[in-house]
Amino acid sequence: MRRSMLFLPGNTPNIIMNADVLGADSVILDLEDAVAPNQKDAARILVRNALKTMDFAGCEVIVRINPLSSGEWEADLEEIIPWGPDVIMPTKIGSSQDVQTISACISRIEEKHHMEVGHTKLMPLIETARGVENSFHIAEADPRVCAIFIGCEDLTADLCCERTKEGHEVFYARSRVVCAARAAGIDVYDTPFTDINDDEGLRKDSEFAKGLGFSGKACINPRQVDTVNAVFSPSEEAITYAKRVFQVIEEGKRMGRGAVALDGKMIDKPIVDRARRVLEMAELIQKKVTVHE
Amino acid sequence: MSKLVSSLTEAIQKCGLKDHMTISFHHHLRNGDYVLNKVLDAISELGIKDLTVNASSIFDIHEPILKHIKSGVVTGLEVDYMGQTVGEAISHGALAKPVVFRTHGGRPAAIESGRTPIDVAFVAASQSDEMGNCTGKYGKSACGALGYAMSDARCAAKTVVVTDDLEPYPLQGFSIPETDVDYVVAIDAIGNPAGIVSGTTKITRDPVGLKMADMAIQVIQASGLLKDGFSFQTGAGGASLAAAVFLKDLMLEKKIKGSFVMGGITGYLVDLLESGCFRNIMDVQCFDMKAVESLAHDPRHMEVSASHYASPTAKSSIADQLDVVILGATQVDTNFNVNVHTNSRGIIMGGSGGHTDIAAGAKLSMIVAPLSRARMSLVVDRVQTISTPGSTVDVVLTQRGIAVNPRREDLQVQLKKAGLPVVSIETLKKTAEEINGIPEPLALGSRIVAEVEGRDGKLLDHIYEVL
Amino acid sequence: MKITQRALAGTVESSDCMVMLLPAEELSIEIDSIVKQQYGHVIEKLVRDMLKKFDVTAGLVKIQDQGALDCVIEARVETALRRAGKEAKA
Repeated sequence: MRRSMLFLPGNTPNIIMNADVLGADSVILDLEDAVAPNQKDAARILVRNALKTMDFAGCEVIVRINPLSSGEWEADLEEIIPWGPDVIMPTKIGSSQDVQTISACISRIEEKHHMEVGHTKLMPLIETARGVENSFHIAEADPRVCAIFIGCEDLTADLCCERTKEGHEVFYARSRVVCAARAAGIDVYDTPFTDINDDEGLRKDSEFAKGLGFSGKACINPRQVDTVNAVFSPSEEAITYAKRVFQVIEEGKRMGRGAVALDGKMIDKPIVDRARRVLEMAELIQKKVTVHE
Repeated sequence: MSKLVSSLTEAIQKCGLKDHMTISFHHHLRNGDYVLNKVLDAISELGIKDLTVNASSIFDIHEPILKHIKSGVVTGLEVDYMGQTVGEAISHGALAKPVVFRTHGGRPAAIESGRTPIDVAFVAASQSDEMGNCTGKYGKSACGALGYAMSDARCAAKTVVVTDDLEPYPLQGFSIPETDVDYVVAIDAIGNPAGIVSGTTKITRDPVGLKMADMAIQVIQASGLLKDGFSFQTGAGGASLAAAVFLKDLMLEKKIKGSFVMGGITGYLVDLLESGCFRNIMDVQCFDMKAVESLAHDPRHMEVSASHYASPTAKSSIADQLDVVILGATQVDTNFNVNVHTNSRGIIMGGSGGHTDIAAGAKLSMIVAPLSRARMSLVVDRVQTISTPGSTVDVVLTQRGIAVNPRREDLQVQLKKAGLPVVSIETLKKTAEEINGIPEPLALGSRIVAEVEGRDGKLLDHIYEVL
Repeated sequence: MKITQRALAGTVESSDCMVMLLPAEELSIEIDSIVKQQYGHVIEKLVRDMLKKFDVTAGLVKIQDQGALDCVIEARVETALRRAGKEAKA
């Protein structure tokens, strides 16, 4: 479950130390944009040591690496992979070939360190027009790809348009990547909302993304986490409905009926699948709240 | 008749100040105060020696006091709070006699009972008339409430008002009446406005601070105290202001009408008043310009004395009427004792202020602080200095869990029921040690450089010399 | 191996530590830390172990610590050593 993925700068010890208490389902330790070009070495060593020693209890760790064009990405992987991050987020992915290049490098490192090859998952960041158009191929490029993530800041620059709060300019791209990911059977995550002081705007943008089919949303500030989590959590009504779905199925089984209906509507496989997802998620959220002593 | 005298020197002479006497100051001009330094300079020139300075607080701007300590003008120091600049020197043994620390409530109690008599009180006021009706609410050096000066003015053998804005008699809106005042001195400037109050106080941007503020509001909600008539106090630092902002949102949402906020007042607390969350502000001291403005113009915003605020010997005090207080700490121990006096090196950098008083008075006293700061664990076996006794602390809230004092089993049940991450204080200590490692004990000298009094005036702890 | 070129890593922000390496004939370590009393020995041992790992036998190592955790100090020392052209022993 990744309702929220929180970006944290990779070279700031004070923030990394508290990464796991900020409420996000996943944290993205960033070696790319949040790190100055002359501190790339320092950040990757620091993030590596953090992975080595810190617990990050109950919080998934994603490491965002530098783009293929940077000359830094292989060094990032060399340091990070042996310490088993949950997911690597490669940046500016434009094609399935990009994914395969990175996957091959990870395989070499996994082999060298006697790790299970394929253990490290990938969440390609799609932030170019080419990436959007190739998004289905990217999603299907490699078994490591567990999700794709759209970044609309760089994308709008590539599209030669202005990034607006309303986001009409990225409507197509967002829809396209959702469709691509769902076609490939993987999760898909939405671009962060960049005005950290506009909570109402964040809520609207998150609800819109959820409506399009996104699994969750990235956050660029811890203050955004609660709102994003709330939007991407199943509502009380949805949970109640899901429970009822399974109740009537049970009843139907007892009565020996093949097809059952709820509130006058036939319960088919998509409804059951959705109900199952809702209940699984509700259970995970409950666990997260009561993880304490 | 006029009480106006031409200079500080003349006022000092007319008061009959002599060797071995005690003089007092308030700290409402905070780190912009010129008065304490100017008075000590004048006293020094007159050749008077061996004085005890009883100041409600000493800030970094008062560093020149060290010069007067060295020359023997000042040989005793009694304060509620001391900033690190002077604190460092004291910790290294600058003063032969131990500094006496009191609480903001304990100080006026000691003055009023005659236990700590004051020979001459110097009261800086941003406006006064020539008979000594004075205030801090108006004028170019406005600092807001003069709560900490009131007992001094009333009880000192002689009281001198020092102002930089002399107004015609009678001064409208005076805070201290002429009945308490012997002399009035007008000088060019009583303080630097930039240091007196900050233009604005800002809430923390630190994500951990915001997270803790959010947790603190959940604790308040779970405690059952948040209902009509609710009363509240919070500090001006770190997560406290953020908690005030979150509290406002919650009270508006739930349509809860509180009775009063107490403080140390900032613009954020004024917002709570103006948005209708609370009926009144009780103000002993202002922290920013917005608070000063509000006190000067809004009758719902009331100025109170330190004695009214928190004196344990007053017939009643505001501290005892408080529902919830949010407080800071540099250290807490497994007995819930709190240190706000000394830092990781054992150096004095603070003091109880009102911490101890309101922890004792409030129905729910909650310490909010990060579990680890720059490798220093918040929770330890024994605090370096006991500033506030653990018996008065109900909750220690950190980003990695909330510990409830075992004597508040009721509260523990409530918080657990609300799904809050309640852990034992020992667990917090262990978690902090897992992060930071186990520290070597601090090695200190054997000489006592300060004594910490509880709010009842009894000795609570000693502070030792730093080597 | 000696430190032959100056190198710097880290910052002076809270919970971080700044490491400076300078060429010198002998190995010496200077530690300035806000938690020196509590963790001075731990920090020194950590730095010595890192230097051993990187086979550094001479040079001046200056640590200015703002309460960094061990893993942060190690990261900053390693970054500085690598910037000075040193590699860990296999």
